[in-house]
Amino acid sequence: MSFESFTIQQLRKKLVDGEVTSVELTRACLDRIKETDERINAFITVCDEQALAAAEEADRRLAEGDTPLLTGIPFAVKDIFNTLDVRTTCGSKILDNYVSPYDATAVQKLRQQGAVIVGKLNMDEFAMGSSNENSAAGPVRNPWDEDRVPGGSSGGSAAAVAARQVVATLGTDTGGSIRQPASHCGVVGLKPTYGRVSRYGVIAYASSLDQVGPVARTVEDCAIVLGAVAGYDPADSTSVDQPVPDYMENLAAGVKGKKIGLPKEYFVDGLDPDVKKAVEQAIETYRELGAEIVEVSLPHTDYSVACYYLIATAEASSNLARYDGVRFGVRKDEGEGLIGMYQRTRAAGFGDEVKRRIMLGTYALSSGYYDAYYLKAQKVRTLIRQDFLDAFKQVDLLLTPVAPTPAFKLGEMVDDPLQMYLSDIFTIPVNMAGTCAMSLPCGFSELGLPIGLQLIGQPFAEAEILQAAYAFEQASDFGERSPQL
Amino acid sequence: MKITQKDVEHVARLARLTLAPEELEIMTSQMDAILGYVDKLNELDTEGIEPTAHAVPMANAFRADEKRPSIGIERALQNAPQSGDDCFTVPKVIE
Repeated sequence: MSFESFTIQQLRKKLVDGEVTSVELTRACLDRIKETDERINAFITVCDEQALAAAEEADRRLAEGDTPLLTGIPFAVKDIFNTLDVRTTCGSKILDNYVSPYDATAVQKLRQQGAVIVGKLNMDEFAMGSSNENSAAGPVRNPWDEDRVPGGSSGGSAAAVAARQVVATLGTDTGGSIRQPASHCGVVGLKPTYGRVSRYGVIAYASSLDQVGPVARTVEDCAIVLGAVAGYDPADSTSVDQPVPDYMENLAAGVKGKKIGLPKEYFVDGLDPDVKKAVEQAIETYRELGAEIVEVSLPHTDYSVACYYLIATAEASSNLARYDGVRFGVRKDEGEGLIGMYQRTRAAGFGDEVKRRIMLGTYALSSGYYDAYYLKAQKVRTLIRQDFLDAFKQVDLLLTPVAPTPAFKLGEMVDDPLQMYLSDIFTIPVNMAGTCAMSLPCGFSELGLPIGLQLIGQPFAEAEILQAAYAFEQASDFGERSPQL
Repeated sequence: MKITQKDVEHVARLARLTLAPEELEIMTSQMDAILGYVDKLNELDTEGIEPTAHAVPMANAFRADEKRPSIGIERALQNAPQSGDDCFTVPKVIE
């Protein structure tokens, strides 16, 4: 039996009805990974033994009776999540030999719901990148066109779902790293409001921007996984103590009477014509579904990328100071004393993009430059956030493209980091504002590459954007196509 | 020029990174381009604007000052490149 096209609910039914066991399902999943991953390279670590042991345990529980929803279903998580007794590299050489001594809270929660974790997914090193070309484990290839990038930094998380290796994955999003690869891979990805999901055990890139989120083939599956991982965590002092709604409850509520805002700054020249066409058709679909379309303005949009590349890099320079060869990871001690050890370890262990961002961040925070760069950027962040809060006084949610173009070719942007940064223009502002957003399939380019649309919601209104996404998904069939592998 | 090679060397020292000469040259030109770009933030008047350090309105997430179990020494040293006597071993810190 091939389980590739089943949703979480469908797999659940088969497990509960006894049509399939978790061991069978997990084995099928591991086989699929073996068949396809040499080409896609979505996985850094596959934990066969642990997964099959967890699957056996799941089968025991299923035989006994009442079990949580995810029991026995295989999942995979980005290699940024600490996973007990499993290698966690964060896509970096510097953590090549690091084996997690604990589970991240999000992973614990999945396990509590009975999920079987089959492996760790490839990513841009330390979550810094938009193409998954910055990984020490090699690039991930887009299942729709293996000469193209899947997007990043959660490239593996999106590619694995698109390639039907697993039903759903966890990624992280700091400037678009769930939404953009989801868009390039034709799947659904959601970045929750900052503080909605615990960051405990998630290797930190930019602590005021990072968020954990689900990637899946359907909106419903995203809603299920979000519900499984969301919630207050005393171990994460930035997690918010707000009750988690049942995201499945009113999923089919529709968008009649909803006001959807189109920020005019996101619809300017420079948008790829295929992207423009797909998003415009999506807007029409929303009109037909009964939503009111309103033009709004987010006046500080053009400053978001500059703002992000100061704040995120500054926070990263601080967060990555811990990689010094002392307590974990690789160490390069060439007899040059302690500082020498730090320098050699970091020079050998970090890739170019990571070094670049550490350098930028260190500069922005350094004496004499802090006010001009970091503090200035934090003030601009206030303006960007206020843009969104003002827009939400007029509309319920916002609709925008996810990326200016469909997936580009491997190697196309590596020599121009600034060019790469500018392609995050539509996703970055959401992280700056701290609110929630999701990406879902809305079309294909002339070359057959997936195009996503972005729905941006008010803080803690994940249920609302899921409803809007569900309505669109039911009225279209873009999510039903799958890449030929 | 927003940034010189000397500046980049200084920043590298602060960041505890050694850069090879070829790396230094490329890094300088790339940082120069990026810093030139981020300069556009100066087009905005931010007089009287409060900086945002935290996007969600939350402050002082304290807990009671009570002892709790921790990860334990064995787990904590599990990934140590070098350890001994329940400590991480490093090159001499003080000469």
